[in-house]
Amino acid sequence: MSNIPLAAYLAVSTVMFFAGVYGFLSRRNMLTILMSLELMLNAADLNFAVFNKYLYPGQFEGVFFTLFAIGVSAAETAIAIAIIINIYRNLRNINVDEVNKMKF
Amino acid sequence: MAEQIIFYVLAIVIVAFSILSVTSRRILRSATYLLFVLLATAGLYLLMGYQFLFGVQVSVYVGGIMVLYIFSILLTSHAGDKTKEVSWKRLFPAGLAAIAGLLVCGHIIFHNVFKVAQVVSTNTDMKQIGTALMGTDKYQYLLPFEAISVLLLACIIGGILIARKR
Repeated sequence: MSNIPLAAYLAVSTVMFFAGVYGFLSRRNMLTILMSLELMLNAADLNFAVFNKYLYPGQFEGVFFTLFAIGVSAAETAIAIAIIINIYRNLRNINVDEVNKMKF
Repeated sequence: MAEQIIFYVLAIVIVAFSILSVTSRRILRSATYLLFVLLATAGLYLLMGYQFLFGVQVSVYVGGIMVLYIFSILLTSHAGDKTKEVSWKRLFPAGLAAIAGLLVCGHIIFHNVFKVAQVVSTNTDMKQIGTALMGTDKYQYLLPFEAISVLLLACIIGGILIARKR
């Protein structure tokens, strides 16, 4: 923990976040979109932990925020996968540009 | 010195595999790359001295969510399936948004974040985390903990309702 600059951690999480943005906008399979979302959430979690470590060592706000964000994202992923599997069961397809039965 | 080497190895792993994960055309492979990214992030938590976060990240993300992803990928597609080639009409705005955001954020980070070189190394003990998670005073987190538990209950009920056979 001695001399890794704060900006190095932030650079890593920035690249991770924008890889997620790219995947979110360019992918068409629902599961891969959800995986890109996971990348973005993970980058945000990493940022919370890093800022806690560098700016407020000795306190735990960032750690707990990361903890709760991981819990929320787990819940969100489970529900999203349940919905996706249900869509697949009904329509045999999980590409976002071909699932348009509920549009009118 | 060792910490720096570990950090740079983990950083290279994260950058390479997160980009591979969003560009790979086989879904199962991109899930595997995402798994590597999540594990390397857990390694960064360990490097920062947050052992509890490391454990949570490995058990929840790698042990829970990724297994769920892999099962649902195997349920919804065949193992050798390739996704369709991304058309230019779609690739261009996505790449533009990602690169523009990356440049803006990189500029902000390298010009405005003052570079903290030395950090007081505090070791976090589990007792402190436990009392903070279970107390109701200032800087203690019983209420969000309970909110998360209600959310997880709602999530269980919702999952059963959505995914059951009719």
